[in-house]
Amino acid sequence: MPTTPAVRLAQVVKRFGELTAVDHLDLEVPAGTCFGLLGPNGAGKSTTMRLLTGQTLADEGQVEVLGHPLPAEGKAARARCGVVPQVDDLDDELTVAENLGVYARFHGIARRDRPAAVARGLTIAELEGRSDTPTDALSGGMRRRLLIARGLVHRPELVLLDEPTVGLDPQVRAQLWSTVDAIKHAGATVVLTTHYIEEAERLCDEVAVVHRGRVVARGTPERLIREHVGAEVLELPGRRDDLAAITAEVRAAGFATRSAGTAVAVLGAEGLDQARLATAGAGVGRRRAATLEDVFVVLTGERPDPHHEPADDPHAHEADHTEGVRR
Amino acid sequence: MSATTPPPPTPPVTTLSAAPTPAARPAPRRFEPRSVGAILHREWRVFRRVWFSTAFGSLAEPILYFVAFGYGFGALVAEVAGLDYLDFIATGAIAIGILFSSAFPGLINGYFRRKEQHLYDGILAAPVSVAEIVTGEALWNAFRVTVVATITTGVAFAFGVRPGPGVLLVPVVSIVAGFGFASAGAAFGALLRSTHGFDFVIVGVIVPMYVLAGTFFPLDTLPTALATIGQVNPLTHVVELLRILTFGTGTLVDALGHLTVVLVFDLLAWLVAVKLLRRALVS
Repeated sequence: MPTTPAVRLAQVVKRFGELTAVDHLDLEVPAGTCFGLLGPNGAGKSTTMRLLTGQTLADEGQVEVLGHPLPAEGKAARARCGVVPQVDDLDDELTVAENLGVYARFHGIARRDRPAAVARGLTIAELEGRSDTPTDALSGGMRRRLLIARGLVHRPELVLLDEPTVGLDPQVRAQLWSTVDAIKHAGATVVLTTHYIEEAERLCDEVAVVHRGRVVARGTPERLIREHVGAEVLELPGRRDDLAAITAEVRAAGFATRSAGTAVAVLGAEGLDQARLATAGAGVGRRRAATLEDVFVVLTGERPDPHHEPADDPHAHEADHTEGVRR
Repeated sequence: MSATTPPPPTPPVTTLSAAPTPAARPAPRRFEPRSVGAILHREWRVFRRVWFSTAFGSLAEPILYFVAFGYGFGALVAEVAGLDYLDFIATGAIAIGILFSSAFPGLINGYFRRKEQHLYDGILAAPVSVAEIVTGEALWNAFRVTVVATITTGVAFAFGVRPGPGVLLVPVVSIVAGFGFASAGAAFGALLRSTHGFDFVIVGVIVPMYVLAGTFFPLDTLPTALATIGQVNPLTHVVELLRILTFGTGTLVDALGHLTVVLVFDLLAWLVAVKLLRRALVS
């Protein structure tokens, strides 16, 4: 028997003035999976997340969350979702425990179950000893953990994480990955947006690469790498002035490339001998396994897309520019 | 991960289980009193920390009015509109307290929670609607205003004002009026794009409201055009209602007429606040 997808978007369009932030987006996320929306700033990821919470309304198409059509059944859908926003919107007028307790109330948790829900939230946030600490006295990492715990206080079936680790140091990021992994293994569906490639590779069963409001590729990270890049990449370092010539020479030899900053990355380079490429200006090449980052750049371009910033959508605009900074 | 990076903690799987509790909870209705209660609870939690500033303002403001207008003007003016001037300004001071203590939090908190703290974005990601937020916050401000109105009444007593038994209904009037003014404040707060807009709302709307309401002088002393504006000012009807209840300046029918105007204002202000805040938050 087919199960209801956790998320279903059919031909969804969202415009902000002249800009089409989401452009005939089709997406289905199976229940029980961890699904990543990967894309550069302004790709439409945050707008898509807001469409799923009913805080942005689609101009065209259908949005369903856990079988509930939006916006008609938005409250019913949100009651079963946990949302962790990119922008830190913790309630600074309350303590840690009060933040959890108030959101337990918002989610309709019965009075007798609230203390356990708050205690569970404190455990998730690893803030058991700080329940009475004012939220504005927490560090950035603690705030982010509390934000995640707040989104889980009612044991949601679907967890929406919008750039959950943006702006955090590596140790805190590793902690949060561990928490997301635990949510996944507990059986909840996770949809996360990120532009950290490693995050998507580590956490997601499946990813969709979003560019200019459309899904341009979708699959497991391994499959996307295999299909769009190949198994290996050869990075040819060179001086800034030589990189264009190296790129031209490699392409003339029939290989696809992408910029890797101080080097030219030759894609699908398994078994390729550097000597065959006749790249005079290049240093000694470094061979490495292809990654999702290679796929990302191949599919979304090597340069930022400044013309696709949804400036007319105050929410998406903020989300794209704040980079998780507390506001 | 480098060798020096500490390993991540053990995932707290047991605390995260997607237990079937959500399905056990009934789907929320379009407007849930429970959600309004949750908003009120949040406000109460915050108030427990800031009650002193509220109490200080509530006490200091009417004392200043009574000193300035009672001792100052009172020495020059014995009677206004058939009332001792002190009695006249006592009801005016209560009405102004109701206006300020509900409209300002509605306006200023509403703006900052939306634009700066993003608090409403967080709440709206939970099963709470804009109408429930507006209702909860306006109700809280209305309840809080009763404290202000009661303190102001106490200060009036201390300055020698002796109202009739109808003064016991002042808290009821303050809740009814406070709800409307708080909603109106929230409506303006939802319109503002930056803090510069406060100037327009305060100087362009709130100050004229309390000047043209018969608070410190009767409306009929004003030019006809201004007096007419004053007649459609909801604060005027709050002042008149208070005077009827506390000093018997009108009949029961008059009181019901003023109450009806205030109730209609409440409804309109609430509807506009919900519409404008929804427009500001849901794009």
